[in-house]
Amino acid sequence: MDKFKEAGIRPIAISVDSPEESRKLAEQSGYTFTFLSDANAEVIRRYDLVHAGAGENGKDISRPAEFLIDSSGTVRWVNLTENYTVRARPEQILEASKVLK
Amino acid sequence: MTTRRFNWPLWVGFVLTLAAFFTYFAVFVWFPVTRDFPWATLVLFVIAGVLLFMGVRRGFAPDRPHPTRSKIVTSIVGILGVFVIGVFVFAMFIAARWLPASTGAPHVGQRAPDFTLTDTTGRQVSLNELLTAPVNGSAPKGVLLVFYRGYW
Repeated sequence: MDKFKEAGIRPIAISVDSPEESRKLAEQSGYTFTFLSDANAEVIRRYDLVHAGAGENGKDISRPAEFLIDSSGTVRWVNLTENYTVRARPEQILEASKVLK
Repeated sequence: MTTRRFNWPLWVGFVLTLAAFFTYFAVFVWFPVTRDFPWATLVLFVIAGVLLFMGVRRGFAPDRPHPTRSKIVTSIVGILGVFVIGVFVFAMFIAARWLPASTGAPHVGQRAPDFTLTDTTGRQVSLNELLTAPVNGSAPKGVLLVFYRGYW
């Protein structure tokens, strides 16, 4: 995580979890980056990442995805996994972040 | 033959199967490299599978002290073991790929759709703000948005 900071990258985690749930997760795991709560999956829908009915009690949740956005707000790198157990690795993202100025 | 009474390969194989299944989650927390491809768990499953196979053969050997009971127990434990391995392989390699298409997701070169969401302190945070507030004392080079499934 410090490497992201050194690279000037701000990691943000987004899920349908409530702020309260995310706070607990952040405390337990020691994560210091920002967690945002998209309880109604509105932003997840806007990014076309809805995995309909895959959550608890058929709740719509997000499929795992990572987006690297430059300071002008343009998407510079995207990772949409085909297998939800497989996520982007930090090294991959740091490599991709080298194009940012 | 008392030495062949206890069918250790069967039971060790079965316990190892369960151990591999339940430790999968712990293993990838400690060793994130195993997350993408769970080779540690699969190695355990292979060893467990061999032991189960040996155990089943042993359980069906004619010199068991209680041939019928031995066959029943062996069959149940063997089938359960194979079932656990099957569930894991299915969940890892088949069910995990059942993801909806996501053709509308922002592409490289597109503008990221703006949003405002609540952080863990209850504050409203916009993408624009995240892109401008300093990181490490200077303007951020970028923001990494990580969408995840949540701990439901």
